[in-house]
Amino acid sequence: MMYGYEWDTTTWLTYATSILPIILIGLTVTLKAAAAGFAIALVLGLVFALLRRSRIKAISWTTAVVVEFLRDTPLLVQLFFLYYVLPDFGIVLPAFLTGALALGLQYAAYTSEVYRGGIEAVPRGQWEAATALNMTRMQTYRDIVVPQAVPRILPAMGNYLVAMIKETPVLSVVTVLEMMGLANMISERTFEYLVPLTMVGLIFLLLTLVCSAALHRLQLALPKAGIPLK
Amino acid sequence: MTDKPSQPIIEFSNVTKRFGTLTVLDDFNFKVAKGEKVTLIGPSGSGKSTVLRILMTLEPFQEGRLALAGMSYHEPNGKGPFKASEKHLHQIRSHIGMVFQSFNLFPHMTVLRNVVEAPVRVLGLPRGEAECRAVDLLAMVGLADKKDHYPSQLSGGQQQRVAIARALAMRPRVLLFDEPTSALDPQLVGEVLSVIRGLAHEHDLTMLLVTHEMRFAREVSDRVCFFDKGRICEQGEPNAIFGAPKEERTREFLQSVLS
Repeated sequence: MMYGYEWDTTTWLTYATSILPIILIGLTVTLKAAAAGFAIALVLGLVFALLRRSRIKAISWTTAVVVEFLRDTPLLVQLFFLYYVLPDFGIVLPAFLTGALALGLQYAAYTSEVYRGGIEAVPRGQWEAATALNMTRMQTYRDIVVPQAVPRILPAMGNYLVAMIKETPVLSVVTVLEMMGLANMISERTFEYLVPLTMVGLIFLLLTLVCSAALHRLQLALPKAGIPLK
Repeated sequence: MTDKPSQPIIEFSNVTKRFGTLTVLDDFNFKVAKGEKVTLIGPSGSGKSTVLRILMTLEPFQEGRLALAGMSYHEPNGKGPFKASEKHLHQIRSHIGMVFQSFNLFPHMTVLRNVVEAPVRVLGLPRGEAECRAVDLLAMVGLADKKDHYPSQLSGGQQQRVAIARALAMRPRVLLFDEPTSALDPQLVGEVLSVIRGLAHEHDLTMLLVTHEMRFAREVSDRVCFFDKGRICEQGEPNAIFGAPKEERTREFLQSVLS
């Protein structure tokens, strides 16, 4: 996608303006990957947390092993595995999907621990009241426990979102053309690294600052006691 | 349910409950007739609350049999700590309600929602109907005007009255009160007791009350059971227990709490 582009490296300003369109294309990919990855992490993390709390030992142990494995192996290894090894077993995933999935899986392992902590922090009396009202375990999780856990775990979730955004450059190793990968390609052609890398750094800084501020606002807006689900 | 009038609604037969090496209920026998109002008194750790918690299926027990309205808590081939399926426990629980010492209202729901949630989710009542009933129940406990408040905006006494309305909304045949006024400031105890007193007039409702309010126990109960070391040490009509206790332990206990 670089062909046909000419970069004006005479001053840093002309250089920056000439590469900005490409960096912005990369930014959209970065944002999409982070959004998809985080969505997977939020949903799958809750699933992991609930399975890990299952009363059936086989389920809770298997989940614990899977979560530990995902947490304790490098993202890069998981990414290569999904991208280069799975095709040997006939599973071929597009690069972007592989990247989002790898991010989502690893962060699901992290968020599952956050969910677990949040769920365990809900007082025992809440479970007992739900039992006394004859609610099932499922109903208790959905209507009583998870809605009370969410406001408590929001700050920790926010940290993981920010951490995940900063990890998206890893996806460039499986040919996902995100912002950092593109900046690197430009630099390699022009032998001018300062401007592209600074731009990428600044854009990441801006992104994470915006995310942190948005999360802080959300935290203030949510009732401390919990959110009733309709 | 087709239980005969003579059949006790609650029947503990030789129930033993242990926490590790600590025996909380020791070969415990206890029967309650339908509609009976029974107060359980005794020193802390004597097993009174455990009786309620076992009935509510919050605690399993190790030995003996327990039946509610003729339904055994243990299934013949039951597994898990309760030796019964979740479905079976669900059926048993549908007859019992419980009011806790620490209220345990759902803090993220309004008062109305607290009372409506279980009837809608568990009994499958239409929300409109459940809300009508909830408003009636809240009026009964004197809190109709608080229905849109959150629990944290209410006093302890008000929270406990909501908790009673919430339990009643499930139409239990047996209502368990586990020290309902112990967490309250002294000036708030009266309002909760007056609601319970009102319920004591309900002929069909069976009530088990664990309390340290001796005067109240004497006033509302048909029978008072004095617990000591995981057994009922002495039981009888309130006037007999409070007026002329036979056992030495009962006398000592009553002296210590009434003086």
